[in-house]
Amino acid sequence: MNPDQPKYKTTDEVDFVIVGSGAAGGILAKELSTNGFRVVVLEQGPYLTEKDFVHDEIKVRQFDLLTNHPDLQPNTFRKTPNEKARHQRAIMYGRLVGGTSVHFTANFWRFHEIDFTEHTRFGPAAGADLVDWPITYADLEPYYTKVEWEIGVSGLENASPFDPPRSKPYPMPPLPVKSSGVLFERAARKLGFHPFPAPMAILSKPRPGRSACINCGFCLGFGCEVGAKSSSLASAIRMAEQTGRCEIRPNSYVHRIDLDANGRATGAVYFDEKRAVQRQKAKAVVICANGAETPRLLLLSANKQFPNGLANSSGFVGKHLMMNSAAISRGLFEHPLNDYKGFAASRVLHDFYELDPDKVGFRGGGGLDARFTDTPISFALGSMPPGAPRWGKGFKDVLSHNFPRTFEIFCHGTSLPVADNSISLDPELKDAWGLPAIRMTYKDHPDDLKLCNWMNVRAAEILEAAGAVKKWSFPAREQQFGVHLLGTCRMGNDPKTSVINSDHQTHDVNNLFLCDGSSLVTSGRGQPTMTIEALAFRAADRITALSKRGDLGA
Amino acid sequence: MSAGWLSIHWPAMLSAAAHARQAVNSAAPAKFEFFSPEQAAEIDAISARILPATDTPGAHEAGVVFFIDRALVTFAKSHQKKYSEGLSQLQTVLHETFPGTVKFSAATSEQQDQILQSLDRHFGGTKRPASRSLAEAQSFFEMIRVDTITGFLIDPDSGRMGNRDGVGWKAIGRDPEHMFQPPFGYYDKDYPGWEPAPASADKTKS
Repeated sequence: MNPDQPKYKTTDEVDFVIVGSGAAGGILAKELSTNGFRVVVLEQGPYLTEKDFVHDEIKVRQFDLLTNHPDLQPNTFRKTPNEKARHQRAIMYGRLVGGTSVHFTANFWRFHEIDFTEHTRFGPAAGADLVDWPITYADLEPYYTKVEWEIGVSGLENASPFDPPRSKPYPMPPLPVKSSGVLFERAARKLGFHPFPAPMAILSKPRPGRSACINCGFCLGFGCEVGAKSSSLASAIRMAEQTGRCEIRPNSYVHRIDLDANGRATGAVYFDEKRAVQRQKAKAVVICANGAETPRLLLLSANKQFPNGLANSSGFVGKHLMMNSAAISRGLFEHPLNDYKGFAASRVLHDFYELDPDKVGFRGGGGLDARFTDTPISFALGSMPPGAPRWGKGFKDVLSHNFPRTFEIFCHGTSLPVADNSISLDPELKDAWGLPAIRMTYKDHPDDLKLCNWMNVRAAEILEAAGAVKKWSFPAREQQFGVHLLGTCRMGNDPKTSVINSDHQTHDVNNLFLCDGSSLVTSGRGQPTMTIEALAFRAADRITALSKRGDLGA
Repeated sequence: MSAGWLSIHWPAMLSAAAHARQAVNSAAPAKFEFFSPEQAAEIDAISARILPATDTPGAHEAGVVFFIDRALVTFAKSHQKKYSEGLSQLQTVLHETFPGTVKFSAATSEQQDQILQSLDRHFGGTKRPASRSLAEAQSFFEMIRVDTITGFLIDPDSGRMGNRDGVGWKAIGRDPEHMFQPPFGYYDKDYPGWEPAPASADKTKS
């Protein structure tokens, strides 16, 4: 924690209180404090740093060192609104300073133009509420560039013929290619596709106080011990602290936003570390708590004026949850790849980003990457080929042979926005603080599954062309668990059919802003964080302009 | 290793040093904290069949029994009962199958595998277990299977007593280091560097 941090009193009316310190919250904290505002960031999780980021799979993965704990904050799940939801883990997100950006894969694809205008391009999608964004790729382009340069993204411009236009090259070259990337690149080219070096929010060159990637191999699911992964923790939060105007307050679990008699947000009510209730006063509130916790917080904040949830006059809060569709094919090769070394993915393919629905028979599109994200225990327990022995010499032989010789092709795809897919409050189950648990309702749109299974056939063809000795596929299944939590407070111009306007201001409450995965109108092709961060940079500009014009009241 | 490389990676060097320090602190314990010596011998024998020594060391050589013993008094206290019950149920199955054999650890490898197969056979799937005592023993087997694999492959620097001297990682072909430089494997060692694809038939629409 930076010693330059101010300590505000809860009774100090700061300019902004930001709920959540992840991909969006970190950037808003940095931008707003840099612009001269006094900011308090309330983060429900602890403040961990590089020294805490060990490679102990039990501590990190099994015991949720970095993520929401299912015993403390349980979920329920159901497929459709007619069912009673049952208790099961349905969501996972980073619960610490830096949020999910601490442990994510760091695949940093920009959205393409089609993601913003799909409705206009191809018309409505049956069984979904597909609409265009109120902003376009061109509006967001400068902010994508800002993300790349300010937090540190490695990649190679103009390497994919499908890339949308960009105003500036990447600030640093791509990370080194892995054996999986070489096999994928050669095979995909043989088939006429256009693989390219993966854009990753991981440093290929050092920055002040941060090392370049050391290829330790404990990446997805782990925090980076050398600050190479461009999490909010390693980048934006540190910059926010250096302004001397931003306080990061960990272990602060916000559960209510109150309004005054004029219908203005007065700050945030939260449980502190000792579970005592505190109220941080602020002139304006920005919620960046992720696509599940943001709608939950609004629903928890229902009051007389908003009996169905704060800022929910549209009834759209929590609706249109999108988690991105996915399917996987794995291949086994003759020689060691040693793909356990390094970050997840070094090559990506966007040939299927924009498919013609008339030709393929379904809506949506996606991208493929060549990756290895297992660590030794997760591989042994979860990534053996189907039918392999489960113990004994046979198990050990297959395990030892396969571990260095395997990679997978991950198919990332769209989720269509379906109104019934949602985050709501469970009527019975409570969390450890006595608050209603998150209830997820989710059933993938049939086109999402068709898309991923179609891409998975392409993935298997690439593995075949790469010379895989053996390959096996896991088809897309209806999801009951999500880490991409998108679309639940969608952006739009019409207050009747959206929760926030294109300034991220809620239609209902002037000084209440939402910015995170919940803001997304479409799901993109499987890699939302880059867009969430670009939106956060843009939102900071919009909020600053509104504030300086006096439009936030105060 | 150039000075330039060192300066670029200095935080990593510090981190590697921290790993080394942790490793020193994780020397094997003098005695067991949960198991009796007799129980430990049985657990050791089971784990040695789940991950036997082959041309590489197995669970016994990796000290998995020490990992499980430590787990049961730290993060896996809730598994104590299952282990205690599982061990006595193992005895029951052993006596039913090989009446003359007193201890699992005294049985031949073939006999041990036969016992473990009978415990594993009914695990999962749709078939209901043959008896209640077997059902209990089955979930014990799955627990010790997972714990053995975990204790074999845990980061040896984690201070959890498993994967002694990194022999588990060596067995599966994982280099013990925590930082690597390319080339990583067989297929990237001769990679000539990124070249744009030769202009070819435009397959940019599917």
